[in-house]
Amino acid sequence: MPPLTLTVFWALAGMAITGATLCITRRSPLASALWLVVTLFALAGLFVLLDAQFIGVLQVLVYAGAIMVLFLFVIMLLNLGRPGPSDLKGPVGGAVAALLAGTLLLQLGGVGSSGPPDVIRMPEGTVAALQREQGMVGAVARPLFDTYLIPFEITSILLLAAIVGAVVLAKRKL
Amino acid sequence: MLQPYIPVLLLILFVAANAVMMIVVSHYAAPRRPTPLKDAPYESGMPPLGSARERFSVKFYLVAMLFIVFDIETVFLFPWGTIFFGDAGAGPGMGFLLVEMLVFMVILAVGYVYVWKRRALEWD
Repeated sequence: MPPLTLTVFWALAGMAITGATLCITRRSPLASALWLVVTLFALAGLFVLLDAQFIGVLQVLVYAGAIMVLFLFVIMLLNLGRPGPSDLKGPVGGAVAALLAGTLLLQLGGVGSSGPPDVIRMPEGTVAALQREQGMVGAVARPLFDTYLIPFEITSILLLAAIVGAVVLAKRKL
Repeated sequence: MLQPYIPVLLLILFVAANAVMMIVVSHYAAPRRPTPLKDAPYESGMPPLGSARERFSVKFYLVAMLFIVFDIETVFLFPWGTIFFGDAGAGPGMGFLLVEMLVFMVILAVGYVYVWKRRALEWD
């Protein structure tokens, strides 16, 4: 990797980890939500570094834009503007948290040392070649509407369920 | 590989520096003669009513939720649009793509009709 790319990668990775750490340690839910935005932006930058520009743009549009608005609405609905008491109380809560964090770190360590499985590993430059051939978005769109046709159609049913669920929950008089 | 993004990086840096500069300069350079009236929060020119930390109606959430669902539908239209005309020969054909997207849109249109019939788009 050229040094500039590496520098940008470390800057974005540091930004993502710092944002995520601050997101889970802030007492105010609003501050947490805003740090999550920072994390999502850093992830979008990492997607761009991985030659997934389209996914990076969608990350900003959908997650940093739309989903975060939803989070902020929930905070406003629940009136969580002021920091409340911590939900992690006592030695039991601390022990459970330490156990979960330890397990996660152990698993992440295993993934890091073994690398991705051969099934999903592609030779260097495959993505770049695909993008030259089919365009940035085409490289995503071709498999989405061809190989993964059924999952794509099922997505619409998932979205339908989300619509019906939101209306049923929010409209009391049906 | 990062060459095309240098202008974007410069733009981000410029915008950030500009925003910081505006706040810092106005903080130090502006005259500060506060009166109670000036310190009051601005609420469309009338005296503020109550606290800003009120609970919001769940209706806002419903609108936001419906917006996001149809927003995601649009997100799927972007990649679909890029390959609809461009793919002569290779990949799925035009008719196939059209039917595929129509099925997707019809399923979501059911949701739209439901929302309409339930009067969820009305502010009552």
